[in-house]
Amino acid sequence: MTTKTVNQKAWFLVLPVLLIVALNAIIPLMTVVNYSVQDTFSPGVFFFEGTKWYKEVLSSPRFHGALGRQFLFTAIILAIEIPLGVLVALAMPRKGPWVSVCLVLMALPLLIPWNVVGAMWNIFALPDIGLLGYGLNWLGFDYNYTQQPVSAWMTVVLMDVWHWTSLVVLLAYAGLSSIPDAYYQAAKIDGASAFAVFRYIQLPKMKRVLIIALLLRFMDSFMVYTEPFVLTGGGPGNSTTFLSIDLVKAAIGEFNLGIAAAMSILYFLMTLLVCWVFYTAMMRGEDS
Amino acid sequence: MSQIKLDQLAHSYYPDPATAEDFALKKMDYLWDDGGAYALLGPSGCGKTTLLNIISGLLVPSRGRILFDGEDVTAKSPEERNIAQVFQFPVIYDTMTVAQNLEFPLANRGVDRSEIRKRVDEMLDTLELSAKAGRRAQGLTADEKQKISLGRGLVRYDVNAILFDEPLTVIDPHMKWQLRTKLKELHQRFSHTMIYVTHDQTEALTFADKVVVMYEGEVVQIGTPEELFERPDHTFVGYFIGSPGMNILPCVVNGNNAVVAGHSIPLDTVYQPPRGARVELGVRPEFVRFAHAAENGVPVSIESIDNVGRHRIAKVRLAGNPMNVIVPEGEMLSSTDHQIVFDAQRCGIYVNDHRLDAAFAGQGKRYDY
Repeated sequence: MTTKTVNQKAWFLVLPVLLIVALNAIIPLMTVVNYSVQDTFSPGVFFFEGTKWYKEVLSSPRFHGALGRQFLFTAIILAIEIPLGVLVALAMPRKGPWVSVCLVLMALPLLIPWNVVGAMWNIFALPDIGLLGYGLNWLGFDYNYTQQPVSAWMTVVLMDVWHWTSLVVLLAYAGLSSIPDAYYQAAKIDGASAFAVFRYIQLPKMKRVLIIALLLRFMDSFMVYTEPFVLTGGGPGNSTTFLSIDLVKAAIGEFNLGIAAAMSILYFLMTLLVCWVFYTAMMRGEDS
Repeated sequence: MSQIKLDQLAHSYYPDPATAEDFALKKMDYLWDDGGAYALLGPSGCGKTTLLNIISGLLVPSRGRILFDGEDVTAKSPEERNIAQVFQFPVIYDTMTVAQNLEFPLANRGVDRSEIRKRVDEMLDTLELSAKAGRRAQGLTADEKQKISLGRGLVRYDVNAILFDEPLTVIDPHMKWQLRTKLKELHQRFSHTMIYVTHDQTEALTFADKVVVMYEGEVVQIGTPEELFERPDHTFVGYFIGSPGMNILPCVVNGNNAVVAGHSIPLDTVYQPPRGARVELGVRPEFVRFAHAAENGVPVSIESIDNVGRHRIAKVRLAGNPMNVIVPEGEMLSSTDHQIVFDAQRCGIYVNDHRLDAAFAGQGKRYDY
């Protein structure tokens, strides 16, 4: 028989962590929850409203529009960035002096501040003076992202692909570099085609990093704000108003704190839910 | 199944090899028989894997040619050479089942469905993996994974040769023995040319008909396990094979006597080593014994005696030179005045590490150093 000494002092050791988590996550989140169930007219005057704001948000066409655009945007950039990133990673050299050159080039877009990316593309795509905008018009395309929703969408997507494909490339490249030479040699001996090498060696070995890439890109694109805000400000009209932009409009532009708080909570739950669905779906069968 | 010829083969990992040290493999010229089981034995870094990769076609040699049944395959890929190779660490296709792993090399070569089925079932049976045929290969143990790697090589009946690069490194000791026996059995059944790289002499000696001993990028001897034991061509072979290794004593040869530190040791024949060369006497601990009471031997001092089970190993010094002498079970050693006797038939003379032939045998090798 052994007797365990019960020592409650251990709780003090957990305290710093609790404090940090409380300050950076629990308290701000609970504040938002608080706002989402109350109405206010002046500082310190609050009325409990229950689920009113949630009902209002969920039934508003404006929210549906932003949500639809958000999913469309995320779906498009994921469909482009993940395969493109893998292709670029496959094309990169595995050894030699060019490896570092490629890695630095790939890392560059990731190092640029997000609002600078927006500003760069804003100027780059201007139809009268920007190289891209002017060039497209010169080639005979009718392109003006400040006036045409299609042009605006194209530019926002292109900008995101330019900005973030590198992240997928770097992750995929890390996955590829971890494959021992013996695998390629064995595949050669087994007479595997280049496609079979990709399908049965490279893709399975990249799977874990690709899941991470997919999750990161999903979360980041789902809350995209800075770049489209600087580029189009959500326009023309509200054609590029994604969830974050809409949220900021509601919270700061219209000062609808209850609506904005309810939107935030819904937004957060959606991100969490989609990530969880992605993760469980992709990890299924992993440990069988 | 084919005969493999290494023609003036040499390899360097440098683009412009200048000196002999730049070569990972020094020039070699050998013919390996069709259907033979060869073991490439040597310490780490001696060039075993380099030679193996050249034979399989994963590496193109910097000099010379390699021929399969007389056909030059130097520039051909492993696939064109129709070679199977098993690596040190198991390589499996994670997402496939055990059976699909074994099917893979056959399916890539367009073998028909029914034939694949037949061979894979047979191979699963041989490797005792039938119960796991439908399981994903990912969750298996290292032993099982390596068996799959072996199986992917062996399932191809028509290969020219099967090469193994230390395939049993990651396998448990008892499984090692079992798998080695299995390989031997498969060799007898299909008589593939098999080349097996290892640094473990037990593995080499039990697996192979012929052992190729490599040392510093050179093949120092090719022979049956008996030949390597009885008549090592190089001091390295003597030292590397056998436990403990051969005793090497610096000496001067005087006709049919080797003189070690003033003590004359009779040899079976007359040797004439070249002047100025480094001459050594090599004799295995098994062929030296302590002298009987009335016998004349060479005086030694005993440093220690280790009991290794079947016999004892005496570590002695002959005028400062360390030696091992095997003492058979039951033999009593006197407490003073130890002398040893050499078996003249089993003593070899080594000149600059290479074995010297008898002076009048008519086939004396010349060494230009």
